[in-house]
Amino acid sequence: MTTSDRIAEKSTGTDTTPEGSDSAPYAESRETTEGRVYMVSGGDWDDVLSDATHDERMVINMGPQHPSTHGVLRLVLEMEGETVTQLRSVIGYLHTGIEKNCEYRTWTQGVTFVTRMDYLAPLSNEMGYCLAVEKLLGVEVPRRAQLLRVLLLEINRIASHFVYIATGGMELGATTAMTLGFREREEVLHLLEYLTGLRMNHAFIRPGGLAQDMPDDFEEVVTEFCKVMDERLPLYDKMFTGQPIWRNRLKGVGYLPVDACLALGVTGPVLRSAGIPWDLRKVEPYSCYDEFEFDVPTSNEADCWARYLLRVEEMHQSLRIIRQVLKKLEPGPVMVEDKKIAWPAQLSISSDGMGNSLEHVRKIMGQSMESLIHHFKLVTEGFSVPPGQVYVPVESPRGELGYHLVSDGGTRPMRVHVREPSFVNLQAMPAMSEGGLVADVIAAIASIDPVMGGVDR
Amino acid sequence: MPEEKPEPGGEQSSAERAETGLEPRGSEPAQPAEPVVAGRERKGMFGVSGTGDTSGYGGLRLPAYSPPPAERPYGGWFDDFADEFYAAMSDNGIPAEAIQQVTVDRGEITFYVDREHLVAICRTLRNDAGLRFELCSSVSGVDYGEDVPQRLHSVYHLTSLTYRRRIRLEVTLDIEDAHVPSIVDVYPTADWHEREAYDMFGIVYDGHPALTRILMPDDWDGFPQRKDYPLGGIPVEYKGAEIPPPDTRRSYS
Repeated sequence: MTTSDRIAEKSTGTDTTPEGSDSAPYAESRETTEGRVYMVSGGDWDDVLSDATHDERMVINMGPQHPSTHGVLRLVLEMEGETVTQLRSVIGYLHTGIEKNCEYRTWTQGVTFVTRMDYLAPLSNEMGYCLAVEKLLGVEVPRRAQLLRVLLLEINRIASHFVYIATGGMELGATTAMTLGFREREEVLHLLEYLTGLRMNHAFIRPGGLAQDMPDDFEEVVTEFCKVMDERLPLYDKMFTGQPIWRNRLKGVGYLPVDACLALGVTGPVLRSAGIPWDLRKVEPYSCYDEFEFDVPTSNEADCWARYLLRVEEMHQSLRIIRQVLKKLEPGPVMVEDKKIAWPAQLSISSDGMGNSLEHVRKIMGQSMESLIHHFKLVTEGFSVPPGQVYVPVESPRGELGYHLVSDGGTRPMRVHVREPSFVNLQAMPAMSEGGLVADVIAAIASIDPVMGGVDR
Repeated sequence: MPEEKPEPGGEQSSAERAETGLEPRGSEPAQPAEPVVAGRERKGMFGVSGTGDTSGYGGLRLPAYSPPPAERPYGGWFDDFADEFYAAMSDNGIPAEAIQQVTVDRGEITFYVDREHLVAICRTLRNDAGLRFELCSSVSGVDYGEDVPQRLHSVYHLTSLTYRRRIRLEVTLDIEDAHVPSIVDVYPTADWHEREAYDMFGIVYDGHPALTRILMPDDWDGFPQRKDYPLGGIPVEYKGAEIPPPDTRRSYS
């Protein structure tokens, strides 16, 4: 390589060859045990500042790795002093191609993918996906499975709203909110682990029902959990609702009225904070939700404060639903009868963890060739779903979570499209925060409560 | 000359005309020139060929799925809604041919729409007092695979909060001419949805304020969710670590 090939030389005129390394006059160097160290200093800080602030307009990049942007969200802010004049959100840093991946797996395997999208509400994702597959199949899930699904969904909603308080509080500087919120969420995750086997990414709701029935004494455990929550939830009212700093940081911030919500497609607690009691559990009840008594809290304030109050109230309502589920539950199957859909193996726990029950293995290996073939076909190839398309929305903790599934009649989905509430709600960021202070941007993001795993999928 | 009375059951009698309906209904949509294809043909049982198959299933042939056009009555609220919709369309000067096909399947109604009238139809659906679809829930692209005519579909899910109804609009597109007018003017929420559909399927939404990639890097080649785009096997920044894409691994379907 000739010296003229070096770009650095062309642009700066510096000899960058090994021979020229000693010729640089500006950087002092000294030998250390780690090798040669160059000391570069100089430049007047006032010059640097005056270069950067020759007028008041500044473009600031917030994120994607920023503790206050709720995950890997990048915000590009144009500011005049402390005031945000323009805001654009940049997403895609957590894109994992889940929708595409689902097309290469069977309908049952899809559950394990969608549960990883909105990782704070994994059960809502499973629910939406499974309801859509069941609508395509035209099957109805047994009543016990429907009720248990409601139970799990509401427990999950509580967990998700605790994380909203925890992370939202931490972003606003309330570290006690963080420790309290995560402490309570830990309770919920322990409960979910007891009920489903996993803390997150359960893949417990399956097309046709549930993976398995609940443990024997789950009713006592859930009742105990409700008691704990009854004690702890008023703590949030004591700690935050009356607290002047919390109130002043949230009141009148992130204002988004009804018309803006609808134009921007915003749903969930943000839409309800603007005054519309639009909760899919009430307006389009699925999975027995019409049998439960619960309120949909609304507000007319349309600000972050209202959204905080609504979420706390929703946790109380979820507890109400959980108690009603326990009263309604009756023994019965948790999976459809159709052996062409239901997983053939009865799972059981043995010495080396959970797996196919030994009795089932004995039957398919020793007695029934047809059962073996059926087991193999259903597990590897999966069941085929009649062609067509459906759109099924469910109310996730963040809003309308819609699954648009297309089947071409095969054993794998033709298309899995997810209408993610976080993705859609995030579009409201400019409307919520332009013209406000940069500190209020953080409050606005926290009030939308996006989950980037869901936004980018 | 006495007035000529049509003979019962004869020429020009009601029995003769019943086939087209007694009353002319000007605002009904035209029947589609060619059916919408939504799926690929299948051969054999597992899509396998060239094996020593003696079962006979290798000769199985399934035609591509085509969503059947619905006939009146559609059932439920669909009929009332359709009457209202067609009336509103003619009020706004949208020709009836703008609706290419209506399909009712699994309790959901789908209108296959001519793309030239898409924006006007959306505006009518949003503004008309009897329709009021205030919310555009979702815009998604679907690719039905290489052999399918008009393989790209742009699917719109609209929600009426007032009447608690949901409908679906669908536009079918050729891959060489994948252009749809953007509905961002009517539903600002479609902004990111359309960017995502562009990013993943290469559907170009004409008139979109800033149609750029949203999930993939700006300089990415190709449209990842098209059926001819492989899953995995794309060299990324990790050197020397390429795994075979899942579609080239062993599969059973």
